[in-house]
Amino acid sequence: MKYRSVFDIIGPVMIGPSSSHTAGAARIGRAARKLFNRQPKKAEIYLYGSFAKTYQGHGTDVAIVGGILDFDPHDRRIVDSLKIAEEAGIEITIIPLEENQHHPNTATIKLMDDEGEIELTGSSIGGGKIEITNINGFDISLSGNSPALIVFHEDRFGMIASVARILADNRINIGKMEMSRKSRGHDALMIIETDQKVSDQIMDQISNLPHVHHVFVIFP
Amino acid sequence: MRFQSIKELVDLAEKENKPISEIMIEDEMAQSERTRDDVMEEMSRNLEVMEQAIHRGLNEEVKSHSGLTGGDARKLREYIRQHDFLSGETLLYAVSQAMATNEVNAAMGTICATPTAGSAGVVPGCLFAVSAKRNASREEMIRFLFTAGAVGYVIANNSFIAGATGGCQAEIGSATAMAAAAIVEMAGGTPRQSGEAVAISLKNLLGLVCDPVAGLVEVPCVKRNALGASTAMVSADMALAGIESVVPVDEVIEAMYRVGNMMPNALKETALGGLAATPTGQALKEKIFGKSPDA
Repeated sequence: MKYRSVFDIIGPVMIGPSSSHTAGAARIGRAARKLFNRQPKKAEIYLYGSFAKTYQGHGTDVAIVGGILDFDPHDRRIVDSLKIAEEAGIEITIIPLEENQHHPNTATIKLMDDEGEIELTGSSIGGGKIEITNINGFDISLSGNSPALIVFHEDRFGMIASVARILADNRINIGKMEMSRKSRGHDALMIIETDQKVSDQIMDQISNLPHVHHVFVIFP
Repeated sequence: MRFQSIKELVDLAEKENKPISEIMIEDEMAQSERTRDDVMEEMSRNLEVMEQAIHRGLNEEVKSHSGLTGGDARKLREYIRQHDFLSGETLLYAVSQAMATNEVNAAMGTICATPTAGSAGVVPGCLFAVSAKRNASREEMIRFLFTAGAVGYVIANNSFIAGATGGCQAEIGSATAMAAAAIVEMAGGTPRQSGEAVAISLKNLLGLVCDPVAGLVEVPCVKRNALGASTAMVSADMALAGIESVVPVDEVIEAMYRVGNMMPNALKETALGGLAATPTGQALKEKIFGKSPDA
């Protein structure tokens, strides 16, 4: 079931004109921002399929940039996001591509500054709902049906147990868990979909664990 | 949720002797582990957004950035006031309010997606027209949205609700079916009649393509919302009269899915076919965006 709640259908409250191309796009942009965890200096936005063909008409570029600025899909500032980004000194590049992705409304967002860069690919599947399919080269499948905790860490023993213990101590149930790593002993990624909300305090506890690089939550 | 098809939804409502809205409210509470007050409150906020959008579309000078849409809802409202119109007053109110919502959407105003932004006019348009006619309470108006949501939930999970995946049948088609079912419930019809209204309305919109001029959610979207609302109203009246669909509702939804999969990409919100590809559509695109690199 891709849609789990009546509010996936009646909702979201959003700035027009398109739930896929505006609200969903803003959510993909915001997921990238959450991953980057700070305002970027530069953003490269690659658009595929219907996003590439109609982004100007739907304001997809405006919406993604709004998300990158950490705005909600219903935040009125989205309308002026290109101007706000320019004033904030963020260099934005929009790159529509001919090649097709699995879903027609797909975007890859690269955010960067002097300290680092991230890359996130997401699809807008309709009615404002999104799926995240790749983070920093890790292929993943995040449905957005539940809050998802994403932990970047060093690939070593005991990492899953330490994160799971913090969640258990805070009475948070895990619905789905996925691990991914680039090679043994190097960077790894843990994706944990939870039934309950993960508070900032719990995030801090996980961030403070040894060998954890970065923690963030999407679809809170 | 305890239901995955319209049949299961209707059977459940009949078995428990409850309206579809109540089944949806209870299942949402169970699914999200939230209280009744909490889910009713969230839907009430969505209702307020819809009300404000309609009010804005009917009372302010709303014009989209492209200049293609805006002001037609007010034109129709004036016509209802001053002329001896041919169809029905409630129907034309539904139509004008659907247009008002989508004109606000096109102008990057605030709306509530139902199920999408491009189709956001149909459900509220019908809701406020039928509520005025039936003197509905605020709670009945909120229930209207849960009934519409239950139908949309089934369609979204068994077929599609996005123009980019299934064409306009998935957007205006779904919105119209959702509204038709909810109108039936508000008018005192049975859950089974709501299901028939879904089948009757959706059948009429099967095959509708998504072909927005210049890729904008404006032409023909605003007018398709208008006529989606009228289809919902008439389908609800037909179902309330006891008319049934020969093809069962869940098979109609399945047919919509198969038609959507057969539809070429040019007719799925890429602005490459249909009205977007007409000489006027092309000329407007050029006027708004200049020469496109892939034209």
